[in-house]
Amino acid sequence: MTAVATRPSAPTVGMVRAQVRRRRRIVVTGVVLALVVVAAVSLSVGDYALSPVDLWRTLWGGGERVESYVVFQLRAPRLAMAIVAGAALGVAGALLQSLLSNPLASPDLLGISGGAGVAAVFGILVLGIVGPLLALVAFLGGLVVATFLLLAGSRRGDGEYRLVVAGIGISFLCVSITGYLMTRAQVELAQAALIWLTGTLASTPWWNVLVVLIVSVVALPAVIACGRWLPLTQLGAGTAVSLGVRPGVVRITTVVVAVLLTSTTCAFVGPISFIALCAPAIARPLLGHGAVGIGTSAAVGALLLAGADLIAQYAIPGISLPVGVVTGALGSVFLLWLLMTSKGRHL
Amino acid sequence: MTSSSAPAPLLAARGLSAGYPGRRVIEALDLEIAPGRITMIIGANACGKSTLLSVLARVNSPLAGRVELDGTDVATIPRRGFAQTVGLLPQHPSAPDGLTVAELVARGRHPHRGVFQRWNAADTERVDEAMRRTGVTELADRPVGDLSGGQRQRVWIAMALAQNPRILLLDEPTTFLDLSHQIEVLDLLRDLNRSDGTTIVVVLHELNLAARYADDLVVMSHGRVVAHGTAAEVMTAEVISEAFSLEALVIPDPLTQTPLVVPVPGGSHVVADAE
Repeated sequence: MTAVATRPSAPTVGMVRAQVRRRRRIVVTGVVLALVVVAAVSLSVGDYALSPVDLWRTLWGGGERVESYVVFQLRAPRLAMAIVAGAALGVAGALLQSLLSNPLASPDLLGISGGAGVAAVFGILVLGIVGPLLALVAFLGGLVVATFLLLAGSRRGDGEYRLVVAGIGISFLCVSITGYLMTRAQVELAQAALIWLTGTLASTPWWNVLVVLIVSVVALPAVIACGRWLPLTQLGAGTAVSLGVRPGVVRITTVVVAVLLTSTTCAFVGPISFIALCAPAIARPLLGHGAVGIGTSAAVGALLLAGADLIAQYAIPGISLPVGVVTGALGSVFLLWLLMTSKGRHL
Repeated sequence: MTSSSAPAPLLAARGLSAGYPGRRVIEALDLEIAPGRITMIIGANACGKSTLLSVLARVNSPLAGRVELDGTDVATIPRRGFAQTVGLLPQHPSAPDGLTVAELVARGRHPHRGVFQRWNAADTERVDEAMRRTGVTELADRPVGDLSGGQRQRVWIAMALAQNPRILLLDEPTTFLDLSHQIEVLDLLRDLNRSDGTTIVVVLHELNLAARYADDLVVMSHGRVVAHGTAAEVMTAEVISEAFSLEALVIPDPLTQTPLVVPVPGGSHVVADAE
């Protein structure tokens, strides 16, 4: 670094950037530690409770058969799904919010989850689909919505605004189609569809976790590319172009990746609300320097969903709620708080 | 800057038409931007000067004709390579909440970093230098949103400098600034031009400041270049009348002898501006 003649306390560029990196390290470490605690509690408590010592022994393969079964077949897949799905939703939210410079932009509010939901409900109620095929149907539903969003957002100048408005319209349309399908359906089927629609992590098999994990890993290079581009498109289309980035390419990549992550998780665990909205909104102030915060949002999203699922299972003794009930309740309170403290946020 | 020895490339518009399909803002425009000089583009509102700048910077594509960089059609140049040579400061850039000055200026390094290349000492050095030259080093850890208009504009220019372009395009960089900050920004641009030979192209509203700071003036009207040359050659009562529909007296500036436009009271011929 060159010597700069300034006031002794004047921070250099290197110092400011080092501070930014240090803060990110502290934040991510803190969130991951909290996640470890939540994970340990999730694996321990329940009808068959394990002491920390028992849990530790079981994790290293030294547990009794029943302990191993409870931990590895019942609790671990559920926890793993919460972590993977939460991280995927956190990333999807961070991508969309930065792309649209709008803290309210998230897959649920833009109708991506809604599209996946309609497709899945249609699959359950009309086509009688269950199992892996249902995930594919839900994914296709999300993809249809994404196509509409990209068409709406393709116009130069006010594309981002049109994309948000189109998304809000689509999500209402999805609510109404879902409502129609539900009222026409038999009670038992409607019950199954309703649980799916609320979003639940109960009875998750390992292969579900694996599919979401594989999709996330496949999406990773595109996520990393968006992480490099979005800080530039945030500065306005003109600045982005002058720095060698094409806003059109960034928009398509970001929306496709966000839809991929959202509808894949949605396909297995249902349209869990508010995680994608809240995770980046918590991650950004923690980082505190106008960052896009994709990685941190992933960690926060994983923590939120794992924590919410813990609450969903044990908050009311004897009743295990779908996790979507908890995220919806907590998320709406959070949204109100965001509203009260907001002073014209600009991303 | 280090690459100042190499002369800046020639940026030119050839038969350029631009705007929107069905409404051409610029029609068959030919223009060569003299390398290493300060060119200022002036003209009435909606004359196409900002559109011209955005097409020169590749923000918008031409409807017909082309933009050339040293004779090569810029449409054939990779985006990142073009961004290493030509920088743009748009009229209304935006910064997200909380973004610090250092982080913003650092984003200007993007075109010089490869896909797998990490931030290195040369990047830091360039950012440091850009901030020192624009006098924003002291502001490094301040959020951009907290700065005054003049400081903010210098920070954005610092970002464009971190990009290290040989040609820098600026769209009305002095709008919303008071007179002393306008002078500050224009002095800064002149320093950059004189020390590095960076070609500077500015769309400016202030005719008298344009006349004072420009090596070359481009006067536009209705999507065409009506005059191009030094201020002394170009800024005449006839040209002002044609481009701005304004009756004006043009006298020598008492300080610099550059042309000074003095509007005649009630001399506007504009009844209903088409804008």
